[in-house]
This record gives sequence, structure tokens and C-alpha cells, in this order.
Amino acid sequence: MKYAHEFRDPVLAQGLLGQIREAVARTSATVSQPLNIMEVCGGHTHAIFRYGLHEMVPGEIEFIHGPGCPVCVLPMGRVDDCIEIAEHPQVIFTTFGDAMRVPGTKKSMLQAKAEGADIRLVYSPLDALAIARSNPDREVVFFALGFETTMPSTALTVLQAVKEGIRNFSLFCNHITVPQPIKALLDDPDMRLDGFIGPGHVSMVVGTRPYDFIARDYGKPIVVSGFEPIDLLQSVLMVVTQIAEGRAEVENQYGRIVPRDGNRQALAAIDAVFEPREKFEWRGLGEIDASGVKMRPAFAAWDAEQKFDVGYGKRREVADPLDARCGDVLKGQIKPIACPLFGSICNPETPVGALMVSSEGACAAYHQYVGARAREAQAV
Amino acid sequence: MCLGVPGQIVEIVDPELLIAVADVAGVRRKVNITCIVNDEHKADDCIGDWVLIHVGFAMARIDEAEAAKTLKVLTTMGELQAELMAMQNSAEAP
Repeated sequence: MKYAHEFRDPVLAQGLLGQIREAVARTSATVSQPLNIMEVCGGHTHAIFRYGLHEMVPGEIEFIHGPGCPVCVLPMGRVDDCIEIAEHPQVIFTTFGDAMRVPGTKKSMLQAKAEGADIRLVYSPLDALAIARSNPDREVVFFALGFETTMPSTALTVLQAVKEGIRNFSLFCNHITVPQPIKALLDDPDMRLDGFIGPGHVSMVVGTRPYDFIARDYGKPIVVSGFEPIDLLQSVLMVVTQIAEGRAEVENQYGRIVPRDGNRQALAAIDAVFEPREKFEWRGLGEIDASGVKMRPAFAAWDAEQKFDVGYGKRREVADPLDARCGDVLKGQIKPIACPLFGSICNPETPVGALMVSSEGACAAYHQYVGARAREAQAV
Repeated sequence: MCLGVPGQIVEIVDPELLIAVADVAGVRRKVNITCIVNDEHKADDCIGDWVLIHVGFAMARIDEAEAAKTLKVLTTMGELQAELMAMQNSAEAP
């Protein structure tokens, strides 16, 4: 078995692979008509490639890499908005490192910083608040990015700013949610998905109830999974077993971290600060109803969209680069290697599409772990 | 950024704002513990807790064995090193 030595328990991994093979045999899947199982979370995509799980599972199982990498689905127009805000002379713009190299229409934040914009990398929104505290004559903006996992941290930071009366701090809110794009993909007539590996740390916050519609309304299984390779193999087994037995349920493989009802304090903070947007644009997927949040009107004084007049939709929609197939990769319709830009014009050093930027992006993972081998195969 | 890193709470700095110090693979940094505190588990009870930390917020209590397993996976994936570097290079660590 490839990479087996890296498993904490290779015997357990072998056993699970055997059980997966048996379960697959009880379905109608074939190598040419495989079970399409989407791992929603970018962290899972990274782990699958790092441990070579996609090559270990039987050929009747195909991993479809989902849209669960927040940097990857960030539309170019929003990067442009960041740069517009950051180039105000009184602004200190703060961001997680992942977002720095995402291309906007003209430049990335990294390029804007090189040209003189005061853009600073922070590990936590709390660090951005500390910068605001010690720079009362500057406007400090935090680029709030990420799924439900990150929302409690930015919400709690805003609540702390309010408590301390810090008025020179604001969020540029670009948070997005997991269930809505899953629904959009299930509604897409071009997609054929047989089951889902659900995100672990998003579910730690929201619990498993938000996925009930997947089983109830669409008849598809979903298993919330941990990040260890053994976790992922167990989750694949649980999904395939459901399919083999004709069941569609929400199951929780990561119960040691994920409570059914999520984290009460985290959900309360999210609900206090944020409300759903009518719709939000996803790179490659277009606009999806209720798939993002904005700050509630009570927090307008801490909302960078209000402070800098860059509300969602004010900028005309910006198309992705002409030849890039980011959208098709994001939906799992093509593998990264099938994109004409992959590995040549678009690579981790000079990314054209955002999927090449983050280690959680399917293209970056492909490039790092399987790209060279795939390119060789294609050349033959 | 979706992955949390395990750390151990070693000190409560501000029981009102719920700020603690966590040790993450030898790196110490302040974290907010709002999400792991409740009526049954107060701030002082958090000292010694192993927790999953996400961008400076303790999001879930975990056991020590889980912490060790998670650290190993994150190290293999190169994510632990990236997180520790982000923590140490943060523009203004509070």
C-alpha cells in the first residue's frame, strides 16, 4: 500500500480499505461509472492528496473536490475591493496570509503592499484589534474571510471592540456558509454526486443539523469527518455503506469534536453580529442565494462596507481569466490537470486562479502531490 | 485556515474578557476562550485543558491523545509549521 508507513495504524488502514472494497462491491458502481463522493472541505482535499487516499481507494470511488476553500472561491471583485480600501492613506488593512496572493483584476494584495499600501498579516482578528487599539489615529480594517469555522472569531472580536469602545476598527465581511453551495451543486443538472464527506471544523461550530436537507430532500448520504487519514477512510466506508444499504442519513464520524447541535457560545456570537445576505458571489459558481453573511445594521460603525462604501454588488461582476477552468474544477467537473493553464501559466508561484493559491485548493494540492506524475502521464 | 491547531491552556490572563495563554507546540500565545466556557466549565477550570485553537480562539476541548494525533497529522501536512509561523509573525500579537 502506498504511503502506508505514514499511517499511525497501517493494519487498521488496510482493514478499512478491505471493508471499503466489500461495500463498493455491494453497489452498482463500476470504474467507468464510479461513486462520486465530494469532500466539501479544502482541509480534507489537502489530506486526501497528502496521504494518497485517492489512489488507495478502489477505482469505483471518485473523490470530487468541493468548494470548501474560502480563499479559492473569493471573487476577483472582492480582492479589488480589499485593495481599494487598503489604498486609503489612513487605513491599515489586516488579513490572514492565505489571501495575500489571490489575484485581483489588476493586482494582488501582495503587489498592492509592495506599492506602498499598509497591508499587514495577522494570525488572528484579535491581533488586528490590538493594532487598532495602539493606532487610534488610523482606521484598521480586518479582512473577515472564511466559513462558519472563522465566523465566531470575527464576531467575538467585533463584540470586544464594541465593549471597549474601539471605533477605528472594522470588518470587511466576506464570510460564506457551507450548506448553500452544497444545495446549489445538488440542484445543478450537470452534477452527479452520490454522497458527501462533511467538513469537520465547520461542523464543530454549526453541528450536523444544517446538513439534514441533504439526506431528507436529496436522498444523499453525508458523513461529517475528522482530518486524520484513518478518519477519512472510515468516513468513506460510512458513505459507501449507506449507498450499498440504500440509506441516506447524516452521520457523524467526528463525534469526539462535533456535537449534534454545534457550539452554543459560537453560534450566539455569530447570530448577534451577522445576518444572511440575499445572495453572494462565489468564484466559479456564480451567485448563490443566502450563501454569505453581512453585519447587522446595529454594527454599521464596525462594518467596512459602510465605512468605505464598497457594499456587495457595487462593483460590476468581474469574469475569471478567459482560459482558466477554475469553475469547472471547483464543481469537480474536470480535474485540475485538464485546465490548459495548469502548471504552465498557472502555478503556485504565479497563480492565475485562486485554487492554485491556498494549500487547501484542489489545484495547489494537485500541483504539489500528483501534478508532476499526471503531467508525465498526459505527455505519453 | 479551516484547520485548528491543538494547544494547552496554561494561564488565564483576563477572566472577564476570557483571554488565556495557550502553549501550542512550544509557542505561547493569547487566545480567547469564550467558546469553551460555560456554567459547568468556568474560566479557571480551563487551565490544563487541551483545546483546538482556530485563529486565536479556543473552539473545542479535546483530550490529550486527540491533541497528539492532530499535531502529528498537521505536521505531516506542513500545516503546523505554517500556523506557528503565522502566530509568530503576526503583525501585532496581543
